[in-house]
Amino acid sequence: MIRLRNIERVFLVGEERVHALRDIEFSAEKGEYIAIMGPSGSGKSTLLNILGLLDRPDNGIYELDDIMTTSLDDKEQADVRRHKIGFVFQFFHLVPRLTAEQNVELPLVLAGVDKAERRKRVHETLEAFGLGDRINHRPDQLSGGQRQRVAIARATIMKPSVILADEPTGNLDRTSGNDVVEILEELNDQGMALIMVTHDPELGMRAQRRIKMVDGFIEEDTGNRV
Amino acid sequence: MRTRDIALFSMQAASASRGRTSLMLLAMAIGVSSVILLISLGDSARRYVIDQFASLGTNLLIVIPGRSETTGGPPPLLGETPRDLTLDDAIALKQSTAVRRVAPIIAGSAPVSVKQLEREMIVLGSSADLFEVRRLTMGQGSFLPPGDLDRGGNICVIGSKGRKELFGNKQALGKWVRIGDRRFRVIGVLADTGVSLGEDMGEVVIIPVATAQSLFNRVSLFRIVVEAINEDAIGRAKKAILSIIKARHEGEDDITVITQDAVLATFDRIFRALTLTVGGIAAISLVVAGIMIMNIMLVSISSRRSEIGLLKALGAPQSQIMGLFLTESALLSIAGALLGFILAFGAMEVLAGFFPEYSLALAPWSPVIATGLALATGIIFGVLPALRAAKLEPALALSRR
Repeated sequence: MIRLRNIERVFLVGEERVHALRDIEFSAEKGEYIAIMGPSGSGKSTLLNILGLLDRPDNGIYELDDIMTTSLDDKEQADVRRHKIGFVFQFFHLVPRLTAEQNVELPLVLAGVDKAERRKRVHETLEAFGLGDRINHRPDQLSGGQRQRVAIARATIMKPSVILADEPTGNLDRTSGNDVVEILEELNDQGMALIMVTHDPELGMRAQRRIKMVDGFIEEDTGNRV
Repeated sequence: MRTRDIALFSMQAASASRGRTSLMLLAMAIGVSSVILLISLGDSARRYVIDQFASLGTNLLIVIPGRSETTGGPPPLLGETPRDLTLDDAIALKQSTAVRRVAPIIAGSAPVSVKQLEREMIVLGSSADLFEVRRLTMGQGSFLPPGDLDRGGNICVIGSKGRKELFGNKQALGKWVRIGDRRFRVIGVLADTGVSLGEDMGEVVIIPVATAQSLFNRVSLFRIVVEAINEDAIGRAKKAILSIIKARHEGEDDITVITQDAVLATFDRIFRALTLTVGGIAAISLVVAGIMIMNIMLVSISSRRSEIGLLKALGAPQSQIMGLFLTESALLSIAGALLGFILAFGAMEVLAGFFPEYSLALAPWSPVIATGLALATGIIFGVLPALRAAKLEPALALSRR
């Protein structure tokens, strides 16, 4: 499903060229559960951004569901993000002025789905996530765990084929962090691939496949089947 | 994304930060209201002047002794004074088929008295035609009777204000007044029509032109007001007047004929230009408002970086983000224009209350212009912020909180 070949990403920091990713070869199958680990600055977030089409590699080929994403224009890339990728962030990134319902609805609104259909899907999803009584609450009226659950609902409302999670529990206490991971794993069981960047070794151990990154290289991959 | 959703999203975004939004609305409202107000004031002034001229009568030509332009050639050897315009000249003008009415005018001021009460008033010597030519209306009695211009008569018509000052509440009709050293019987009183172009018809006394000649001991006319038979005949009448007078003045072109339409058209042009100029100056405030909108939108975008990054992550292409932010500034501009229009309307009502005689009113097309300008300003100055939002790197925008 995911195929990265020869991916390179170089940032210019002042005068210096910093190789965030060097010659990354990586592939993942449908429904896989992968943890990307490594020290800060090792390039794991950059890799996630490239997988999510939020960043373009300077070199290399990225294929997602047989689509050559590296040759797509902005509009086509946006389309792939909308339908195939769901993002979960460390800082939730909920829009503060919108209610839980409106936040979850956002991808459907952007896609132009009509009001009645939107309402039905959002309510179903929020109920399923145990947020049925929080539908009209704004983010500042929700706890951290609830916020992240709203964010996951938003990420998955379009039924993407892969969920990209960047430190999803990094901003949560242990209990709500566990809840969130359980929800993500449940979604993974339903067939969505889950790729999660984390610092937490314990969390990393739960994944079937672990990738360890150091200095922009993949140092270790427990399940590389390329 | 559906239009309704775009509008809703932008509206929510705008109403989420009240301070920012009200600042933008205020800036736009001030800009729009000053454009509307100044344009409307200019337009009201134009209408006022045009109305005043029209109230003098229509299709008028004014014949003035003396020439306002030279025809070249050597200067006359002897100092030449223009020939007087005489009553016979005026009578001769009636020969032309293009001329309907001729009102010769002699003007002067003289003491007018009733018993011990004396007032210095403007005395106009004219004919029955003046009534129609100047669109006068009678309050009481009748105007000067038509008849031979050469024949005078000791009768007079007085303005309403003059009547009040000389007679108070007593009946004026049929009474005698003394003008200079002569006695005149009052045969009519003009209706109170207010000031027209600075000439208060309420304070004049009108007497037959021949009588005025002897009263002021002067043969020459102050001017002759001629009414053409219709609008198309004005040019013909002008030519006829010039040639008739030239023939009577030994071949000299020594009069000036002003047509009312030319004066009107000139004033119309002047006031339109003035209105546009003033409106243009006011439009600068709109540009200031536009720059303010741009500035505030830019600030707003940098504080909404993560939201923009999120929208991109959720599958919004650059064009959609651009559309959202342009809609936001357009909506704010329209709301500001609406507010500005209300402001201008209120201010105009207040002004009209203070100066009722100028019939101040909003120019009917000013709201259209102002809304158009506001929208254009909002969109033009919204492009840069919207473009910046659209070009934001999503990975970078999302990496910070």
